[in-house]
Amino acid sequence: MKHSFIDEYSELDSLIHKLDPRTKLIFALAFVIAVVLTPITSWQVFISYFCVITVLLALSKLPVSHVLKRSLVVFPFVLMIALFIPFFKQGEVAGSYNIGLWQVSVTYSGLLVLANVVIKAWLCILSLILLSSTTRLVDLLKGLQQFKVPQVIVLILSFMYRYIFVLADEVMRMKQARDSRNFGGRRLHQLRTIGNMIGTLFIRSYERGERVYAAMIARGFDGEVRTLHTLSFSWADAYFSVAFALSLIIPGILWW
Amino acid sequence: MEKTVEIVDLSFTYPDGHRGLEYVTLAIYSGENVAVIGPNGAGKSTLLLHLNGILRNNGAVRICGLPVQEKNLREIRQKVGLVFQDPEDQLFSLNVFDDVAFGPINVGYTEAEVRQRVGRALEWVSMTGYNERSSHHLSLGEKKRIAIVTVLSLDPDILALDEPTSNLDPRSKWALIELLKQLSMTKIIATHDLELVRVLCQRTVVLDGGRVVADGKTTEILRDIGLLRAHGLAPRSD
Repeated sequence: MKHSFIDEYSELDSLIHKLDPRTKLIFALAFVIAVVLTPITSWQVFISYFCVITVLLALSKLPVSHVLKRSLVVFPFVLMIALFIPFFKQGEVAGSYNIGLWQVSVTYSGLLVLANVVIKAWLCILSLILLSSTTRLVDLLKGLQQFKVPQVIVLILSFMYRYIFVLADEVMRMKQARDSRNFGGRRLHQLRTIGNMIGTLFIRSYERGERVYAAMIARGFDGEVRTLHTLSFSWADAYFSVAFALSLIIPGILWW
Repeated sequence: MEKTVEIVDLSFTYPDGHRGLEYVTLAIYSGENVAVIGPNGAGKSTLLLHLNGILRNNGAVRICGLPVQEKNLREIRQKVGLVFQDPEDQLFSLNVFDDVAFGPINVGYTEAEVRQRVGRALEWVSMTGYNERSSHHLSLGEKKRIAIVTVLSLDPDILALDEPTSNLDPRSKWALIELLKQLSMTKIIATHDLELVRVLCQRTVVLDGGRVVADGKTTEILRDIGLLRAHGLAPRSD
């Protein structure tokens, strides 16, 4: 069975795609830090950051619909956390409503916190989408490795990417087998079946892990991960770094 | 002739008490193609896992004269290329190159040597150009081939294959058999596929319940319908 790649647009050809993964990693991180540290009242800074990320996304030739769809992923989490803040935060009241017996009031400072969380989360996720959609995961992991990210984490990520499809196939086959035996009946019974499926999946993954490990030691693996290094830092990376650093710093100096 | 694999009185009990192997004694000579056949659960895979010391019983197994023990594991794992049944287990890297290069890199060859070995191993199975492909998107036949390539890159003296033709359609199966025919090293093949045994292996060992119940020329063993029936390798009646 075929699945779309996690990094399905990573084979496009654009300026951004050609950059060294390490450059992109650093600047995704720098962008996130800059966005998070900017106080919400300096809205001009946010506008300029938004322009920066838009220009980069445009340069990367990623389809707009792909970027927007991906960026929606954060909202459930953000809203779950931040939606209620305007109702609980103390301060000047912006409006108050009667819902049944309760009187609910919304404060300005609370709204500001909500806007703060939503805007920052959205900008950050845009930069991460830019990073993850323009870099092949293999290269991204190599970049992480060269930044001395602990080997265990890099390995976990690479196994995740390798086996997530295998697992998805397994789940799909289990679902088909279940449905062809007239899955249905009472809710409680259904829950039990699903619970058993999750358990089975866990055991199968565990056993697969054992077999993969056996295959690794059979080829001389002794706990230390060795790789060939093939990343190269080019002039384009240098130009990009300077331009990007300026675009982050200048708005901060002007309006902070 | 030189004994490539020498097994003397090898027994193995799984942690749950299940007997995997009982007093297996077997010698395999350089250049032989040996089939290990037997019903499910006979201990075929367990036997293969002993060849490169993933399971070990100190001293019962010798590879090219070296006892399979902790201190010899590095050398033995270069000599014995073990290919697992499910290529999804064997191919754990993100692309074909990394998987084929995994063994040579672990051995500590230089970058140039690693690249040369990967290129040569892929060429052997006519899969040059697969370097950057991701293993997940290969067909099963291709995965099985690449799984073999991942050990060929180490130039093993012995190739131990666990059910190399299982789940393959006839075309991929015969292509794989052709490939195995061209490889000249000693081969030990655990399988149920008697067609494969007939064309590839001169010698056959029948394993059942962890014991060697027959060992001889393939032509003679495959003719002995009574033996095959007794060990679940041929239908009960015709």
